[in-house]
Amino acid sequence: MPDVDAKGCALVTGAGRGIGAATARALAEAGWPVGINYRSDADGAEAVAREIEESGGKARAIQADISDPAALDALFGELEADLGQVLVLVNNAGTRADALSPQLGDEEWETVIETNLSAAFRTTRRALRPMLRARFGRIVNVASIVGMRANAGQANYAASKAGLIALTRTVAVEVARRGVTVNAVAPGFVETRLTEGIGANGLVDAIPARRVGTAEEVAACVRFLASPEASYVTGTTLTVDGGLSA
Amino acid sequence: MPTTQATNESVEKVVCDGLAELGADREQISRQATFEALDVDSLDLVELAQIVEDEFGVALGADDVKDLKTVGDAVDLIVAKAG
Repeated sequence: MPDVDAKGCALVTGAGRGIGAATARALAEAGWPVGINYRSDADGAEAVAREIEESGGKARAIQADISDPAALDALFGELEADLGQVLVLVNNAGTRADALSPQLGDEEWETVIETNLSAAFRTTRRALRPMLRARFGRIVNVASIVGMRANAGQANYAASKAGLIALTRTVAVEVARRGVTVNAVAPGFVETRLTEGIGANGLVDAIPARRVGTAEEVAACVRFLASPEASYVTGTTLTVDGGLSA
Repeated sequence: MPTTQATNESVEKVVCDGLAELGADREQISRQATFEALDVDSLDLVELAQIVEDEFGVALGADDVKDLKTVGDAVDLIVAKAG
């Protein structure tokens, strides 16, 4: 059952795989035409788009490195021409480059802050214009529980995700009176390429649910926050971690 | 794409129409009216700046907007920036 009779579209960044791909599928199921942005995983993004189209939805895979402002502008231009105004934005594109702080290089610091935080800000800024005019918008930022609690070896990633949570709150209060909501989800350990090699096995015992999460479980939360039913939820961060940070 | 030549009259019309669209009372809108009296808030001014940019290709930044008190201030600034 679709949540919406969509007049615009949804954009999910970094949607070629993992949480982004699952979110794109969930938003398509909710009735949104979906822009599937990817930087390098063309095969993944095209496959997600095909899958959505085969289930009767509308989707377009669009390549863009969103940390490049010109590419970001082109991405929005293409989407607006093809699927309509972006009324749902999911800032999902993210990266990590782990090292203990004494060994964390400038490049590792900057790349992670740039992709996870600065690019999300610029994408948000670009998306807000039509949302404000439409008096409707949903922005969901994919943060992490690492933005709220320590995880050794991830100072850059943690700082970017904490920044994203603060960005979420601040933008939310700025635009709340226009029917635009801004929220975050904070996944714990979820099986994706980004968490490969983190060694979730030893950590499962620390998770009250005794298992890692799935991308679909995170996507379901994003779908809710993007729905008309979530109209009075804004500025919040929904933790999706099997009880790990409870 | 900017579509309109920025003259005093054209800018005043776009600004006044924009303010009305944003919910200001059309009868109260004049060059002398203050944004405060019109109940136009900071977010309304952000949207007005977007309307102006679309119409005249004049970009108004946060610094430009923050000292504007009246509708006339806004019109004068936009005309000056366009010229």
